[in-house]
Amino acid sequence: MTISILKSDSTTPKTYTLENKETTLLHALTHIKSTLDATLTFTAGCRASVCGTCAVRVNGKEELSCAYKVQDGDLIEPLAYHPVLRDLKVDKHKAKETLIKSVSWLHTFKEAPLTPKDEKFSERQTDCILCDSCYSACPVYAVNPEFLGPFALTRAYRYTTDKRESTPKDIIDNIQSNGIWDCTLCGECTLACPKGIDPKMDIMMLRGKSVQHGYSDPTLLQQSFGEPNFGFDPNAGF
Amino acid sequence: MIDVLIIGAGGAGLTAALSAKDVGASVLVVGKAYPTNAQTSMAQGGMNAALGNVEKDSIDAHIADTIKSANGLCDEERVKQMCHAAPDAIAWLDSIGVPFSRIETDKIGSDTIAQRKMGGASSKRACYAQDYTGLKILHTLYDTCLKHDIDFLEEQYLLSLVVEDKIIKGATFLDIRSGEVKQIDAKSVIVATGGYSGLYHGYTTNMYGVSGDGIAAVLRAGGAVSDMEFVQFHPTALKNSSILISESARGEGGYLVNTKGERFIDELKPRDIVARAIYEQFSQGENVFLDVRHLGVEKLMELLPQEVALCKLHENVDPSKELIPIKPVAHYSMGGIDVNAIMQVEGIEGCFAVGECSNAKVHGANRLGGNSLLEITTFGKIAGQQAHAYASINTISKSNDTQLLQDQAYIQNLYAQTGSLNFYGQRDKLGKLFYEKVGIVRDNDSLNYAIDEVIAMQENLVRMGIEDKSLTNNTNLTDFLEFSNVLLLSSTIVSAAIARDESRGAHYKTGFESIDDTKFKNHIVFQWEQPQGETA
Repeated sequence: MTISILKSDSTTPKTYTLENKETTLLHALTHIKSTLDATLTFTAGCRASVCGTCAVRVNGKEELSCAYKVQDGDLIEPLAYHPVLRDLKVDKHKAKETLIKSVSWLHTFKEAPLTPKDEKFSERQTDCILCDSCYSACPVYAVNPEFLGPFALTRAYRYTTDKRESTPKDIIDNIQSNGIWDCTLCGECTLACPKGIDPKMDIMMLRGKSVQHGYSDPTLLQQSFGEPNFGFDPNAGF
Repeated sequence: MIDVLIIGAGGAGLTAALSAKDVGASVLVVGKAYPTNAQTSMAQGGMNAALGNVEKDSIDAHIADTIKSANGLCDEERVKQMCHAAPDAIAWLDSIGVPFSRIETDKIGSDTIAQRKMGGASSKRACYAQDYTGLKILHTLYDTCLKHDIDFLEEQYLLSLVVEDKIIKGATFLDIRSGEVKQIDAKSVIVATGGYSGLYHGYTTNMYGVSGDGIAAVLRAGGAVSDMEFVQFHPTALKNSSILISESARGEGGYLVNTKGERFIDELKPRDIVARAIYEQFSQGENVFLDVRHLGVEKLMELLPQEVALCKLHENVDPSKELIPIKPVAHYSMGGIDVNAIMQVEGIEGCFAVGECSNAKVHGANRLGGNSLLEITTFGKIAGQQAHAYASINTISKSNDTQLLQDQAYIQNLYAQTGSLNFYGQRDKLGKLFYEKVGIVRDNDSLNYAIDEVIAMQENLVRMGIEDKSLTNNTNLTDFLEFSNVLLLSSTIVSAAIARDESRGAHYKTGFESIDDTKFKNHIVFQWEQPQGETA
């Protein structure tokens, strides 16, 4: 079988021929690098879907290389909305800054009674491996590069929902601008997540929590207090 | 000049960073990847602390189990220190938000944390977060580092420690993105770069890049490394892919069975014993399987969700309905950088080491499951505090640039070197050689064969080079540097294994099947009197 990889030295993907057998993409990439093309550049780690290093796009969809079985004709590209450093290796620095902006950590600890039910509140969210797949899949980045994005907001939600956090408002206050209200709730992040996390739902939950803390949807505000919009511009042509 | 330079951003490095910052040090954490990419993410089963939340337990029992498993080769004072610190370490992790699994109780705080049994433990002692314990600890540590404004520098490959007159001055790095070779000066350095079991390439649960970079750098700089022959083989890795299936699968009630469907070992014996029992089955022509079918889908999904997914993906096996084919593979390196009671490296003043790269002598000849996450958090804290203390009381002058110039020349030479031998092929060959000849059961003929092969490979290193001549983002170059480190360390492992004519813990030698305390109740230490004058 053949697969094509978009390398950064060309606008045309480079085609590699592989043996016809079931194999993970990571295994295929390693094979290519060690025997066919030592210049092929990608990042990888654990082989077991937990280190978050090897996410790429396959035929336009985000996949962990180590968890994707290669198919004949696959097109492999680097993650979107990340500066490409070389071939499939991208710069994740900006994405990581969203964690700092969203102050997604435990602010003020208090000892709390915790049960298996409480554990479930953030079990899935804390499966996040920071692979950046959701960031790559999020269409908001096409229009707003400052958007905090799915993984940072999921992490923010994880801490606001933790009974050990006595000042969740510290987090809520920091996710209003370029945050929860900028999400279009398209759900692409949820489809992209290799760990089955649902950032869209987490963002909706954060909206609910924000309203409880006195915030409201700024787009609704614009509609309430802005000029009526009758679908045409009265100043057109002037 | 920064107070504490931390090399390696896994659980040990991040804990050390938080601890050093907490006592007032200026800290920089440098790693070859991003912090959350670290091997710590792969620790699944749990972290030991005698909390007694689920069944009766005591710190003394934790100490006794650890010492027993170490087979006479641990420092008992250090074990006591670690086990006594364990409940506080768990309470600290709980206070920064680690999402541990919980039990039904009306108590609060760390009294609510669920605990499971691991091999060699006399009680349910391992605190866990499903089977993602390491991942969730690592990410929570990272979040906490961001909270405390810890500075990170990613994609820096450690080349050398800068040491003058046996005193640490900093370290040199290849900036993987720019290709620049640079030096970072520091008053103290903490090496937290992980173990060396990745050298069993193809036969290891370890991630790519576990190449003992820090251990090799310490050795080259004149520091000591010890107990290198003790490599732990994890009993249950998936047969085809060497992907780890956590010990918690057996802790929760899983069986090991052979082709006839017979159980052949108490599954919760320490890992060295279980791995050898499986090896014995293989020798008799049997295949070995992990059987968790009787646990039922619901329990499997609750306790071992990651394992279920990995079996389906990598082995096309549904653990709730089918047997899981397994084999033991290299998993953890007990040996490493020789450190004293304050985690300072023997032979290099002001240089500390912590985590799997170090040999703090708590695991001895065989580590217990659940004690590695414990080691990185308890001793990580000590390393951070001690590095800061050292930086505070000593006046440290900036080094000259001898090491930097040497490393720049070394990298330049690598670009000029034309390789006729593909090192990737040699990396595969070395992994297989070690699995077969320096593996679960060893003998002197095989070990002597292995050392000859290793020496031949080391001599051939000049014939191997990098094909990719790009100055920036050159992973062909970093792969080669990793292989060079692995090759350096491999000779220490085989030499120590040859010297140790006995069987103890993970080191089992045919012809010398019992412990020989009169000759071998000691550590085999490697240290160059005159530090090697080159970077590899």
